[in-house]
Amino acid sequence: MAEEAGTGLVFHPMEPFKIHPLFGDGPIHWYTPTNVTLWMFIGILAITLLLVVGTRGRAVVPSRVQSVAELAYGFVHKMVEDVAGKDGLKYFPYIFTLFLFIVFSNFLGLIPMAFTPTSHIAVTGLMAIAVFLGVTILGFVKHGAGFLGLFWITSAPLALRPLLALIEVISYFVRPVSHSIRLAGNMMAGHAVMEVFAAFAPLILVSAVGIAVTPLSVLAITAMYALETLVAFVQAYVFTILTCVYLKDALHPGH
Amino acid sequence: MANETQAVDAAAAVAGHAAEAAEKGGMPQLDFSTFPNQIFWLLVSLGVIYWLLTRIALPRIASVLADRQGTISGDLAAAEEYKLKAKDAEAAYAKALADARAQAQKIIAETRAEIQKELDAATAKADAEIAARVAQSEVAIDEIRAGALEAVQAVAAETAAEIVVALGGKADAKALGAAVDARVKG
Repeated sequence: MAEEAGTGLVFHPMEPFKIHPLFGDGPIHWYTPTNVTLWMFIGILAITLLLVVGTRGRAVVPSRVQSVAELAYGFVHKMVEDVAGKDGLKYFPYIFTLFLFIVFSNFLGLIPMAFTPTSHIAVTGLMAIAVFLGVTILGFVKHGAGFLGLFWITSAPLALRPLLALIEVISYFVRPVSHSIRLAGNMMAGHAVMEVFAAFAPLILVSAVGIAVTPLSVLAITAMYALETLVAFVQAYVFTILTCVYLKDALHPGH
Repeated sequence: MANETQAVDAAAAVAGHAAEAAEKGGMPQLDFSTFPNQIFWLLVSLGVIYWLLTRIALPRIASVLADRQGTISGDLAAAEEYKLKAKDAEAAYAKALADARAQAQKIIAETRAEIQKELDAATAKADAEIAARVAQSEVAIDEIRAGALEAVQAVAAETAAEIVVALGGKADAKALGAAVDARVKG
């Protein structure tokens, strides 16, 4: 957190990421309803509206909302099938749950004053660890020790294989880190940048320089917002497709 | 005045935030005291979403998609059936048309044959009538001719007798008759 006391500008780039209790000002216990709770529940509400209320007609010729719900279903269903194969479809509900949670958190987080659960490493980290543990356990259950073949690249020359195995093992364990930080980092960075531009916007009230800076910062916020809209979807897509890729590795460890 | 209070407020806020930030150590993401809270609510949320999906949304959407697939393939099959029916109807129509045409040809041929027969009969009857008339006429002509010949002989004999008398001879009826006969027969 920085401040320019001279111009009266206040920078709070981390302000939207603060977690505070919804009621009162007490300490945050594990069960305390916080803004995290609020925005996760708003996300659940939106998901319910789209996928439950929107499809209640069960129409053969779908309404607008129902066709969006079907589009989301088809999008992730096809992704799982294309990447992980037919036998990956058994895990489609888990992947769809993750996708919906992320995509709704990301988009709801674009509402001004909103909180974005996916901008927190605790949230994305837990999801990434769940995926990591899930696919690793699944791989060993399905293939036993054969799952270790994932690290033993038989298409490489024998002499290189131990070295490659080491690299593969390291990259395998780095997966949950990159998986979670990519999402949280993208969400956090974009919102923080918008926050910084937003801090410059009222400059016109305190300084003549603001005549130039204020319109520029408003333009910059608009541009960033457009970019963030794209990022919100792309990062949900990336998280989901990587989950599918890891699932594929667990189901078919042979390269 | 307003600006001043604003500035004071801002300064107070900044001071407060700075204190808070110092207290919590910068990025809220790295404030581990909030982790149990986030993890708890994340698990609750994911659980609720998973429950909603598996209990309600996914079976419903899957059944709608299956229904739609079924409806589409059913409609396509029905369309195929109607197409076959249309083809059958067309074939039946073509057959009926060909039949009617054949029937018409047959009727035309029959009628033509009948007319031909009637025509032939009428022609034959007319021919017979004509032949009878011709025969009758021939008889009449013969009679007339015979009559004429006799008249010619009589006139010739009379004329010859007159001529003989005029020449001062005596008309021998028998001789005259023989001579005239000889002459007329030529």
